[in-house]
Amino acid sequence: MPKTFLTNDNLPFCSGCSHSPIARQTEEALQKIGVNPLDVILVTDIGCHGIIDSKFHTHTVHGLHGRSMALASGIAAALSDPSKKVIVFIGDGGATIGVNHLIAAAHRNFDITVVLHNNMLYGMTGGQPSDLTPCGFKTRTDLEGPIDDCLDMVSLTKSAGGAYASRIKAVGDFSDSLAEAFQVKGFSLIEILELCPSYGIKHNKDVRLKSIESQFNLSLERHHNKKAKCHKTTYRADVSSLLDGLKVVAKEFEHGLKEAFSLLIGGSAGKGAQSAADIFIKAALSCGLNVTKKGSYPVTVGTGYSAVEVILSPEPIQYTWIQKIDWALVSSADGLSFLQNRLKNMSEGFILADNEFEVSQTKASVLKGDFLNTGGAKEINLLMLLVFLNRTKIFSPEAFLKAISESPLGKKIDVQQLVKNAEAIQKEFN
Amino acid sequence: MSGNSQQVLLDGSLLITEALVRAGADVFIGYPITPANLLYQYGKKRFPAALAAPDEISTLQWMSGFSAVGKIPVTATSFPGFALMVESINMAYMMELPMVIVLAQRLGPSTGTATAGAQGDLLLLQGTISGGYSLPTLCASNTEDCWKLAAQAVHMAVNLRTPVILLTSKEGVMTVRNFDLSKLPKIKKVSPSLYKDKKPYQSYLPAENLVPPFLPVGNKDHQVRVTASTHNAEGILQGLSDSALENTRRLQKKLEKNITDYTFFECDEEKGADTILVSYGITAQAARMAVTCLRSEGCKVSLLIAKTLFPVTETYKEILNRYSTVVIAEENYTGQFKQVLYGNSPTEQVTGVNAVGRMVKPEEIVMEVKKHA
Repeated sequence: MPKTFLTNDNLPFCSGCSHSPIARQTEEALQKIGVNPLDVILVTDIGCHGIIDSKFHTHTVHGLHGRSMALASGIAAALSDPSKKVIVFIGDGGATIGVNHLIAAAHRNFDITVVLHNNMLYGMTGGQPSDLTPCGFKTRTDLEGPIDDCLDMVSLTKSAGGAYASRIKAVGDFSDSLAEAFQVKGFSLIEILELCPSYGIKHNKDVRLKSIESQFNLSLERHHNKKAKCHKTTYRADVSSLLDGLKVVAKEFEHGLKEAFSLLIGGSAGKGAQSAADIFIKAALSCGLNVTKKGSYPVTVGTGYSAVEVILSPEPIQYTWIQKIDWALVSSADGLSFLQNRLKNMSEGFILADNEFEVSQTKASVLKGDFLNTGGAKEINLLMLLVFLNRTKIFSPEAFLKAISESPLGKKIDVQQLVKNAEAIQKEFN
Repeated sequence: MSGNSQQVLLDGSLLITEALVRAGADVFIGYPITPANLLYQYGKKRFPAALAAPDEISTLQWMSGFSAVGKIPVTATSFPGFALMVESINMAYMMELPMVIVLAQRLGPSTGTATAGAQGDLLLLQGTISGGYSLPTLCASNTEDCWKLAAQAVHMAVNLRTPVILLTSKEGVMTVRNFDLSKLPKIKKVSPSLYKDKKPYQSYLPAENLVPPFLPVGNKDHQVRVTASTHNAEGILQGLSDSALENTRRLQKKLEKNITDYTFFECDEEKGADTILVSYGITAQAARMAVTCLRSEGCKVSLLIAKTLFPVTETYKEILNRYSTVVIAEENYTGQFKQVLYGNSPTEQVTGVNAVGRMVKPEEIVMEVKKHA
């Protein structure tokens, strides 16, 4: 049969190495399934098998040791074209270091065929054992052979959800097996047992490739899950711009700031500190102020503190690190605990806190009110911000009330009651 | 704020994502990591395609696969994820595959503090590519840069066939701020230079600008060979042949030949100043404030904000050579950009202002500049 996929050059492998018949039978298998060379992408990596790519007329991609399965996954996912055949040549060493890529590709059923050249050792580096070296198979650096069973890539592929997995040995004509694997829709693995003539046979003189499966308890098996769903990447057209989702805030109200102003809020997770601050900065923007906001919370976002840093300024804000705190609002014990050191270091400014919290050792003026009992834990941040605005007049409280009404919280909050609650607390101050 | 302004609230991640897509990037591949999670979130929403990878090595490998067939992939990560990507970035660099990696810096070493900003990865970027080759790196110094440089990163990646790093930090991608949308310039979609000849294609045969015209793996007309190991113009593994080594040297030469098209910086020189303040990224905020403050006190000082960090452009050296004193402000322990520009033994006239775990303060810069006045 004239060659279509391979060049007429001699193959670059040692005499007696099964890598040569694998390459030749890949040619035959591809001819059998009737594809064109330029519809085939051969992805190889580091290992003796990987020096084959210059002998193929297909597209060839030569990557990193053990990563060819992931690289091919990207190629297949990008193409998402059933007329293309993405074939990976990998060794047992590459399959060892890249086992996570095999699991990931099988799990997602990327449309690739992995031809695993399993000669049960690292040949290129001098014959060290891989995770696919069977128990008792001797190598140059392990003359007793591993005491553990080898990793079973066929069952791993099967349990990860890969559409097809089989184990054969490089004996006789196995091009039909290769052709079957190449035609699978989704992920297929074909593991081919070999013996390395340079390092394998030398230390395992009683081992024969013809009977290798029984000598090392490796089952020649084949699994094909025809229901497996092949990955297909969808490229969406006309996705909306992220800018379209932003609300333009017009200047409607006035502010009273002549210079930059900084505000901290110390609250608890799930109690609305972040959303109250979002409403607050939107209101500030509607008064013509420049704003920045940073949130801080622990990795367990549903518990513990939830703190906010806000800067407001009539001028563009260049620097977003707060050095001097003008006001701090403490709406929970978690927030107080988180901000404690910063509050202690305040040499001036104001701290607004619920009556429940003991804010001490600070030179800032501390204003306390019955916020929790008046507004409840869920509204305390909005109530504190309103009291703060009424007190400082840094920008129009009406802007804040309007922003609350227009926010998702608007339907849940009785704004008039919020105003009354704020007035009640302010009377306490007076 | 002007009457025609369109003020909105946003973060840098949003502008970066939108700009990347408008410039032509079409797939986001991500593995979650703070402080890059907003980019992941926006990426999933905005890119034509988005994939969740199982780890950062897979991320870069999948991206390389997408890039090899002509897509423009993007990811966003931080140091721990970037460290895992290093070998694969070398692969993509050697294969000459366009892609953009947004690196949002956080406090290290190791996992450090995920929610604290930093500028600690510059020397890692300088040495990422084994052998002394530059990994193109653009660095956003403010919100507008998030838009402009993200778009430029896509153009640079495609036009020079290379991975490009868009460097930022937690402060740059997570802080919410008001922004005037009317300030955003239009973004031009990139169009790659494709091979059109009928002669057999050689994947690494360069055009006049030293960049090889691109053809996607999988095309029906020409065989394409893509290779991570040392290779010749055909993409065939070559060991130490003259043509293969020349091809490898070309990787640096093509960047240097074309870097003027992608050299971005702000230079605000004051007549009579002997001192120049240099900064980049998030510390540019403090540097700009410090200069305003110094000048208001009558202290003459110039300012260079570097935005193209690698390859280091000769233009910076020409500017800096005009000054007797150079003060370099950056948020890392030992002064990484200082080391990039002046090596391990800078003269006494080259000093740094550094901070770890917090932003550099404008007054620290002011004090350092005044020391030399």
